[in-house]
Amino acid sequence: MRYLAYFNFSLLLILCLISMSVGVADFSWLDLFQSPEQAQLFFISRLPRTLAILLVGATLSIAGMVLQIVLKNRFIEPSMIGASQSAALGILIATLLFPATPLLAKMSFAALCALMGMAIFMLLMRNLPPHQKLMLPLIGIIFGNVIEAITTFIAYETDSLQLLSVWFAGDFSGVLAGRYELLWLTAALALLIYIMADRLSIAGLGQNISTSLGINYHQMTWFALIIVAMITAVIVVTVGQIPFIGLVVPNIISRLVGDRLRQNLPTVVLFGANLLLACDIIGRTINSPFEVPISTIFGIIGTLIFLYLLFKGRR
Amino acid sequence: MKAKYILFLSGLLTIASGLFFMTFNANGNWEFILAFRGKKLLLLLTIAYTIGVSTLLFQTLTHNPILTPSILGFDSLYLLIQTFLVYILGGVGFVLLDVSAKFAIETLIMLAGALLLFRTLNSENNDLARMLLIGVVFGVLFRSINNLLQRMIDPEEFAVAQSTSFASFNSVNSTLLTIGIIIATLSSFWIWQQRHKLDVLLLGKGKAIGLGIDYSRFSRQLLLCSALLVAISTALVGPILFLGLLVCAIVNAVSPTVSHSVRIPLVFCISSFTLVLGQTIFEQIFQLQGVLSVVIEFLGGLVFIYLMLKKQK
Repeated sequence: MRYLAYFNFSLLLILCLISMSVGVADFSWLDLFQSPEQAQLFFISRLPRTLAILLVGATLSIAGMVLQIVLKNRFIEPSMIGASQSAALGILIATLLFPATPLLAKMSFAALCALMGMAIFMLLMRNLPPHQKLMLPLIGIIFGNVIEAITTFIAYETDSLQLLSVWFAGDFSGVLAGRYELLWLTAALALLIYIMADRLSIAGLGQNISTSLGINYHQMTWFALIIVAMITAVIVVTVGQIPFIGLVVPNIISRLVGDRLRQNLPTVVLFGANLLLACDIIGRTINSPFEVPISTIFGIIGTLIFLYLLFKGRR
Repeated sequence: MKAKYILFLSGLLTIASGLFFMTFNANGNWEFILAFRGKKLLLLLTIAYTIGVSTLLFQTLTHNPILTPSILGFDSLYLLIQTFLVYILGGVGFVLLDVSAKFAIETLIMLAGALLLFRTLNSENNDLARMLLIGVVFGVLFRSINNLLQRMIDPEEFAVAQSTSFASFNSVNSTLLTIGIIIATLSSFWIWQQRHKLDVLLLGKGKAIGLGIDYSRFSRQLLLCSALLVAISTALVGPILFLGLLVCAIVNAVSPTVSHSVRIPLVFCISSFTLVLGQTIFEQIFQLQGVLSVVIEFLGGLVFIYLMLKKQK
C-alpha cells in the first residue's frame, strides 16, 4: 500500500515533467526564468494543461469510486449511468436558451441535468435484482446512447453540432490559463468526499446497516449523487467527456489493495491522474505535431482494461 | 389463417409506403423522379432486408430476442476494417481500388473477424449480461481505434474515410448497390430454403441435434450469412445500430407464430415499411435529411431498455 503510493507519487512527478516539456512549441526548462516568452508559454499553456489533466483524472476516478461504493456495483461510473450525457444535454440546452447567462449558471444547470439523468436511470433500475451486477452498466451504456441521440437531434436542429463535439469528446488541447480554472471546483468537491468518506462507506453497506449505525442512508446516497453530478458537469463543460476512467481506476486499485474508500482515496487520485497524464502524453506524441484527443486514446486503453476486468471476473 | 392475414396486411402497408415515397410531393418531372427516387427506394429496401433478416437470423442462432449483430459490435468492426484499409493504402490507393474488390476484401476480413468475435463472446454464453456487455465494450473499442486511425491519416485522406462512417441514405455508390442487391437476393433464396431448419433451431441445441441438424456447421453458416448481410448494409449506408432490434421487436410482438416462414417475410415487410415511411416523413414533410438514423438510435435504445427490463420480471 505504502509502496504503491510512493511509486505513484514519483511516477506522477516524472509524468508531470514530461507533460510540461512535450508540445509543438520549443520549450526548455533552462530558459524558463530567463526568457519571458518561455515563461509565458509555460504559465499560459503547459502548466494549466498539466494541472487540468491532474484534476480531471483524479476527480473522475473519485466520482466513479463513490458511485461504485454507494450504488454497490463495481462496473459503473458517471458516463455509464447517464450522468455525463445528461450534463452535455444540459449545457446544450442552457447555451441555446440562455446564451447570455454566465458560465457558472450554465454549469449548474448541467449539473442539475446530470442529477436528473442519474435519478431517471435509477428509477428505471429500481426493480433490478441485486445479483444482476452487469445489467446495470449494460443498460446504462444504452441509456447514455439514448440521451446522446436526443442531444444530437437538438444540436442538428439548431445547427450546433460543432459546439456539441466539444462536450462529447474529451480533449485538453483547448486548455489555457483562464479557461480551466473552474476545474478547481472539482478539487473542492473531492475534498468534501474525503471528509465524508467513512459515512459514504457505511451508506454503501445498505439501508439497514447504515440506519443502525446512525447514518441517514437516503441523505448519504443523494449527497454522493449530487457531488458526482457536479464533478461530472464541471468536467464535461470544461474539457468534455472521458468515459471509462472512473470505472477502470478504482477497479485496478481495489484489486491491488482492497476496498477502503478513505484509505484508497489518495491512491485512486494519484493513479487516476497518472493514467490520464500518460494517455495525454501518448495523444500528443503519437501523431505529432497533430494531437489525438484524449477521449480517443483513453477509449482504447480504458476499454482494453475494462475487457480484461470482465474476462478476469468470470467465474 | 391469422398469419396470412397479417402478412397480407404488412405487404400492403409496404407497397403503400413505397408508392407514397415515390409519389409524394413529386410535382411532375417523372423521368428524373423515377430514376432518382427509384434508386433510393431500392437502397432502402436492400437495407431493410439486410438489417432485418440479419438480426432475425442472429436472434434465432443465439436463442435470444435482445441480441443484434450491431450490439455486439459487428458494424463497428466493418468500419474499422474500412479505415484500416485507408490507413494502409492511403486515400488515393483506397479510391483507386475497384469498388467491388474493395467490398470483397472488407467483407472477407469482416467474416473472419465476426467468427472470431462470436467465438470469444460465445464462451460467455451462460451469462447474457456479461456477453452483451463485452460485445458493447468491443464496439466502443473498435470505434476508438477507428477514431485513432482516422486521426493518424492525412486530413485529406481522412475525408475519404469519414464520409463512410456516418449513416446516410442520400449518397450511394451504384456499383455497391448492385452488388448488395445481388448478394441479398442470393442470400434470400438460401435463407428461405433453411426456414424449417431455423424453426427446429428454436427448440434448443440439444433437440436440434437430436432431430438431425449438424448444429455447429449450421450455426456457423448462419453467423456468416448474418455477418455478410451486416457488411452489405454497413457498406451501403454506414452503421444503424438499432433498426434491426426495433423491427424484430415489433415482429415478435405482432407475429402470431414463431415459424420462420411467416417471420422472415414479415421482418422484411415491417423493416421496409418503417424505413421507407420514416425516410419519406423526415425527408419530405419535416425537411430533415439524415436525422432518421438518430431517431432510430433513440427509439431502438428505448426498446432495448424496455426488453431488458421486461426480461427481468
